[in-house]
Amino acid sequence: MSGPPRLSKMVQNLPPSGIREFFDLVIGMDDVISLGVGEPDFVTPWHICDAAIAAMRRGMTSYTSNLGLMELREAIAADMQRRWGVAYRPETQIIVTVGVSEGLDLVMRALLDPGDEVIVPEPCFVAYRAAVLMAGGIPVTIATREADEFRLLPDDLEAAITPRTRALLIGYPNNPTGATMSREDLLAIAKVCSEHDVLVLSDEIYALLTYEGQHTCFASLPDMYERTLVFNGFSKAYAMTGWRLGYACGPEYLIDALNRLHAYTVMCAPVSAQVAATEALRHGDGDMQRMVAEYDQRRRLFVKGLNDIGLPCFMPRGAFYAFPRVGHLGLTSKEFSRRLLFEQKVAAVPGTAFGACGEGHLRCTYATGMQQLKEALDRMGRFVDTLRQEGASAAS
Amino acid sequence: MLDVLRILEQDGRVPAAEIATRLGRPLEEIQQALAEIEARQLIVSYGALVNWEKVSDDRVYAFISVEAEPEHGRGFDTVADHISRFPEVHSLYLMSGTADLQVVVEGNDFRAIARFVAEKLAPVPGVRSTSTSFVLKTYKAEGRLLAESGGDHRLAVTP
Repeated sequence: MSGPPRLSKMVQNLPPSGIREFFDLVIGMDDVISLGVGEPDFVTPWHICDAAIAAMRRGMTSYTSNLGLMELREAIAADMQRRWGVAYRPETQIIVTVGVSEGLDLVMRALLDPGDEVIVPEPCFVAYRAAVLMAGGIPVTIATREADEFRLLPDDLEAAITPRTRALLIGYPNNPTGATMSREDLLAIAKVCSEHDVLVLSDEIYALLTYEGQHTCFASLPDMYERTLVFNGFSKAYAMTGWRLGYACGPEYLIDALNRLHAYTVMCAPVSAQVAATEALRHGDGDMQRMVAEYDQRRRLFVKGLNDIGLPCFMPRGAFYAFPRVGHLGLTSKEFSRRLLFEQKVAAVPGTAFGACGEGHLRCTYATGMQQLKEALDRMGRFVDTLRQEGASAAS
Repeated sequence: MLDVLRILEQDGRVPAAEIATRLGRPLEEIQQALAEIEARQLIVSYGALVNWEKVSDDRVYAFISVEAEPEHGRGFDTVADHISRFPEVHSLYLMSGTADLQVVVEGNDFRAIARFVAEKLAPVPGVRSTSTSFVLKTYKAEGRLLAESGGDHRLAVTP
C-alpha cells in the first residue's frame, strides 16, 4: 500500500493562504464581530438580482461566447470610456472572467515561462504571489512602507527589474492597506515600465471605492495603453462577490491569449452573472454611490476610533480596509489577531497574510454595520488596555 | 445639511460628534446645522420605528380612500384639515387617481376602525364616499424591511 498519489511539486510548494489558516480558528466561535472579510456587508442591489432572475425565467441558461455576452462587453467598453477615458473595442479587447482572480491566473499562464519574474509590491491581495507561482513564475516582491503611504516608489521598482522581468502586478486602491496612488505617482511608475519595457497588470477592482482624490486608470497614462492590462470586476463596487464576475481590458494580442486559456478552462463566465453585471453597469450608479458614501462615513469613524484607542492608523483613501499598526504593543501580528479573537471575539486578519512586510499591522474591514464597528472598537480598546497593563507589570 | 439629514433619517440617535467624524466636518459646523434644522423644523420630531406587530396584536391599521367635495378657492384643504385632527388618523395624503384623499387610520381592533369610519369620517362635511382596506401584515414601513432579514451570510474571514 503506497499512500495517495504524489502531488505536483508546484502544489506541494504552494503556501496555504494566511487567511485560510485564520479562518479555521474563527469557525465555531459565537458572537464574533468579523472585521476579517474582504467583501461588502451590503447584499447585491435588488434590481440587479431581479434582472438575473428575469433572464432565467426567459430561459437564458446556456453558454455565452467565450469572451462574454456582447451586450455586457459593450457596457464595459462604455463604462471604461465614461469613467476613465480609455477606449476598448468590445469585439476584441475585453474578456469577461470568473472574477479578477481568474483573469490573473490566465495572464500569468499566458505570459510566463519557467523562471520568468513578475514584480509584486506588498502588502497585497493574497492571490497575487500564488498566481505567479501557479504559472511557474517567480514573484519578486517589493516591500512598501507606511512612511510612503504604502505607495510603490519608482526607485524600488527599478531596483527590482532584471532581464527576466515580464510584468509588474499592482492593485490600487490597495487591499489590505487602503492606499491609493495619484496620477503623478503612477506617471513615475509608468516611466520606469516604459524604459525597461515592462508590462503592467493593473488590478483596479476597488477603483470606484476611492474617497479622496481621483482614481487614474493605468492604461490612460501616456504610452501605457499598449503595455497595460486592466483588471476590474463587479464584486466590490456593486456588492456582487458571490456572482464571481470580473473582466480584463487590454491589447488585442493579450486578450486573445487569455481567451485561448479561458476557453479551455471555464468556457465562459456564468450567464446569469453576466446578465446581472450588465444591469449593474447600466442602472447601478445610484446604489453604488449610496454604498460608497456609507463606506466613506464608516472609514472616517473607524479610523478615528482606531487612532483614539492607541492603534495608529494611516488614513486609507480607497477600498474598505484600515491597516492599523499593532507592533508597538509587543506582539507579532499573528499573536495579536489570535489573542484579539480569543479574548475579545473580534476577527481581523494579521498583516503578514498579505506579505512579510505586513508584520506589525492588522487588516480590518470597515464594510460592516456602524453599530458593529463601534462595538468592535470598544472591544479592541479593551484589548489594547490589557496589553498595556501586561507591558507595565512586565516592566516593573 | 443634506448629509446630516440622511444620517438622522437612518438613525435619529447619532450624536453630533459622531456625525462630524463620519462626514469629516468640524463639530461646530454640525452643531450649527442641527440648530438650523431644528429651528426650521426640517426635522419635525425624533421618534422610533416600532414594529407593533411584534409587540402586541391590539393595533390595527386601515387605508381609507376618500372621495371628497372640493371647495371653491381652497380645494380639499378644509376637509383634509378637518379629517387630520382626529387622533385616530395616523397619516393623510392628497392623491392623484380616483380617490381624492388617502387616510391611514389606527385603531385597537377592526370594530373600532369601522366605528370611526361610520361615525366620524363619513359624516365630515365634504366627504362623499369612503372605501376601507385593512392592513393584514406589514412587510416594509418607512423604507425599512420588517420581515426577518436574511442575516449576514458572509464567511468570517475572506481574502
